[in-house]
Amino acid sequence: MNDMTPEREERSANLKGLGCSRKRVEDARFTQGKGNYVDDVKMPGMLHGDFVRSPYAHARVISINKDAALALDGVVAVLTAEDLAPLNLHWMPTLAGDKQMVLADGKVLFQGQEVAFVVARDRYVAADAVELVEVEYEELPVITDPFESLKSDVVLREDLAGQTTGPHGPRKHHNHIFTWEQGDVKATNQVLDNAEVVAEESMYYHRTHPCPLETCGCVASMDKVNGKLTLWGTFQAPHVVRTVASMLSGIEEHNIRVISPDIGGGFGNKVGVYPGYICSIVASIVTGVPVKWVEDRMENLMATAFARDYWMTGKIAATKEGKITGLHCQVTADHGGFDACADPTKFPAGFMNICTGSYDIPVAYLGVDGVYTNKAPGGVSYRCSFRVTEAVYFIERMIEVLAIELNMDAAELRRINFIKKEQFPYQSALGWEYDSGDYHTAWDKALKTVDYEGLRKEQAEQVAAFKRGETRTLMGIGLSFFTEIVGAGPVKNCDILGMGMFDSCEIRIHPTGSAVARLGTISQGQGHATTFAQILASEIGLSADSITIEEGDTDTAPYGLGTYGSRSTPVAGAAAAMAGRKIRAKAQMIAAYLLEVHDDDVEFDVDRFVVKGVPERFKTMKDIAYAAYNQAIPGLEPGLEAVSYYDPPNMTYPFGAYVCVMDIDVDTGVPEIRRFYALDDCGTRINPMIIEGQVHGGLTEALAVALGQEIAYDKMGNVKTATLMDFFLPTAWEVPNFETDHTVTPSPHHPIGAKGVGESPHVGGVPCFSNAVQDAFRPFGLRHTNMPHDHWRIWQTANDLGLHE
Amino acid sequence: MSDKMHIKLNVNGEDHEFLAEPRDLLIYTLREKLNITGPHVGCDTSHCGACTVTLNGKSVKSCTMFVAQANGAEITTIEGIGQPDALHVLQESFREHHGLQCGFCTPGMITRATKLLEEIPNPTEKEVRFGMAGNICRCTGYQNIVKSILAAASELNAAQEAAE
Repeated sequence: MNDMTPEREERSANLKGLGCSRKRVEDARFTQGKGNYVDDVKMPGMLHGDFVRSPYAHARVISINKDAALALDGVVAVLTAEDLAPLNLHWMPTLAGDKQMVLADGKVLFQGQEVAFVVARDRYVAADAVELVEVEYEELPVITDPFESLKSDVVLREDLAGQTTGPHGPRKHHNHIFTWEQGDVKATNQVLDNAEVVAEESMYYHRTHPCPLETCGCVASMDKVNGKLTLWGTFQAPHVVRTVASMLSGIEEHNIRVISPDIGGGFGNKVGVYPGYICSIVASIVTGVPVKWVEDRMENLMATAFARDYWMTGKIAATKEGKITGLHCQVTADHGGFDACADPTKFPAGFMNICTGSYDIPVAYLGVDGVYTNKAPGGVSYRCSFRVTEAVYFIERMIEVLAIELNMDAAELRRINFIKKEQFPYQSALGWEYDSGDYHTAWDKALKTVDYEGLRKEQAEQVAAFKRGETRTLMGIGLSFFTEIVGAGPVKNCDILGMGMFDSCEIRIHPTGSAVARLGTISQGQGHATTFAQILASEIGLSADSITIEEGDTDTAPYGLGTYGSRSTPVAGAAAAMAGRKIRAKAQMIAAYLLEVHDDDVEFDVDRFVVKGVPERFKTMKDIAYAAYNQAIPGLEPGLEAVSYYDPPNMTYPFGAYVCVMDIDVDTGVPEIRRFYALDDCGTRINPMIIEGQVHGGLTEALAVALGQEIAYDKMGNVKTATLMDFFLPTAWEVPNFETDHTVTPSPHHPIGAKGVGESPHVGGVPCFSNAVQDAFRPFGLRHTNMPHDHWRIWQTANDLGLHE
Repeated sequence: MSDKMHIKLNVNGEDHEFLAEPRDLLIYTLREKLNITGPHVGCDTSHCGACTVTLNGKSVKSCTMFVAQANGAEITTIEGIGQPDALHVLQESFREHHGLQCGFCTPGMITRATKLLEEIPNPTEKEVRFGMAGNICRCTGYQNIVKSILAAASELNAAQEAAE
């Protein structure tokens, strides 16, 4: 039955299942302007909310006068912390176990912090009223540097004064949040002390922001007649929002319906719970009419969900031949005014302990200190699994620095330290079990494709020409090899606010052989409606075109933890496959009954069950679906439905090999990307077209972060990059064409072997772009310089190296 | 507020007459008064192009134009570019070449692309990239958007040649 006859091949192709570059079913509405995003939700009598925000980064709120605002025609309410306090909603829990002010309670801790919430007839009146709310502040000393914060007498979080223990253990100072340690510090230090070679480097992974094109927002509608609250919003985890909303409001969970409509990109920005959601809910409860709040771009960049802001110091030990013997990583993490990091509870620094990367490092240590400053809260995973981008950047820079220390080729240094294929499943020194990998094959394929040796020769010639004064352009070859850790995660060690990180799929086959499947995830552009149907098509033998996928409505979809950290395919995708297998199991019994044979005498064949050895005797899945509903089958309930809640046994570990060739104009600091080659191994490939699209997009976001995108503050705590004038989002003009490639190393524990891919290109891309810039200057003595490598900073690097003399 | 103004617009072939405040932006008039929600707001500062419409034959970012400035104008939004049973070549092409992901930029992107192909019927890749630089996409990395537009241009040109 395993031979693919043309007839069988055709039946298989008709399913548009796994491996098919199926066109997206989402596109029809989007290309015709018929998407339904939260700001498109319009209800009769709907009011608009808008925030009064703090102009100061640290100040005491002396008084708030609402009178003038309330006197304005069309203003319905102005809420302050005082109004929320009786409901105990003036503070809210964060995902990291801390709490955050919903509205300023006595003081503000960052510029842009929410101080009062104005509710008015329309957005214009609301904006007018925001201007009329008079807030008196008393400025306090501002701290924007985490190292300074840990030495300062200034107490940022007065509400925590005297608390020497936080949700993640002891606090060493009033501005300290937690210390998180992994690995064996003693053994690591011993290796470092006795090593033949030690390379040491400090690096700053700057603060940036996911900045999806659609900002965050919601519409809250409290129906006082039936007691039901409906909440539409930009939620990457709608079910979690429902549970949290219920816990905070006291409204029973069955009376809350959370709907994530179409979402205009998330990238981590839409995981958290923001004050705007709470205020809209309260305002709708108070007024009895729907209330919409949608932040503008400036509010988005100033107040919601920053990413990164890690100060990392590494020490890497090796033999003279380049075999790595130990790794030490110490991080100071700037979490801003509140610890609102979106990480599984037991991982206050996310999966930063994947920082041993793709290398067989026998002993390692990671220490992370979280610190409060007068910057916005957040700490989300911007297009990566929890803090994996930081980890991969760290190790891929440390490798480059070690290569300089050893005077060795960085590609070869990687090769001799890769975890070998036969070592999988591999136990890392910092506690992970890598599921599968074949790094050497991927690396060799990448280097061969780009003609790595040829590139190095060309680069040497270019350097010689530069030194002779014949050119002002330098060539950089950026390398990176990354291992991601995605698909959080096993409930045994992954939860958010106590909610286990499983996911789910529920499928109903209709009598005529089409189906609807609902999942606990929510697409923000990943194309779930297309790809989940493909997984199911291959599992149950109905065409993907006959399977509708629905997500994001908590009244209809099964409970799940949502879409972030590349977890949809590893977790919900697995649930889909398992639910499909349950369908198939029942279908097998029905088929056997219809074919009048024993259950074991039929077998699944693409889109049907056939009697073993008699392929002309079969029942298609369509036949079976019809019979399931319309024929009395002894011992079987009618219907054909299944649900699966999938708790993954492990994370998945996608990997990839990237090479960037860059030409840098030494006099202007402008980098031209000549070539970018990306080889991704995400295990079993569901839809190659969508995978490639994800890789293009992730690489573009990597380019942005590496080459210019940042959230920068001045010493007063003013955000210097709060519009798209200053916050770098590349356009079509700045982005090159990317070459994509792949190897396939399935995950051994995932039902279909898929690992997830959405974030890999970002994780691997950032160090690759950065390494390309730094590699261009390596022949002139550069060891490390911090991102973002914008034109000015590149020029500065060249200048510091004396290349303008 | 200040005195209302009498505004006439033709949007996607349909005439509209209404009163508006001088400060009303074109984007919110389209989205909230006329229920034309294809154009989106991404940045408020003319950088992202999600709000792009065609106004009197030119690509315009409707988030930074007062509706009063558009008085008397003919406007085309994504809703006027194709119909479900007769999609524009660009709409087909974006789907065919995976030129969109979350879809938020897509209405502005396609609206701008229709004008670009009128301005330059047979563009090079560079001309497409330059001509689309006012429209930001956060998902696709542009590679497939450029591909979609180039493919649509070829198709439109082939149809044109066949017609001549």
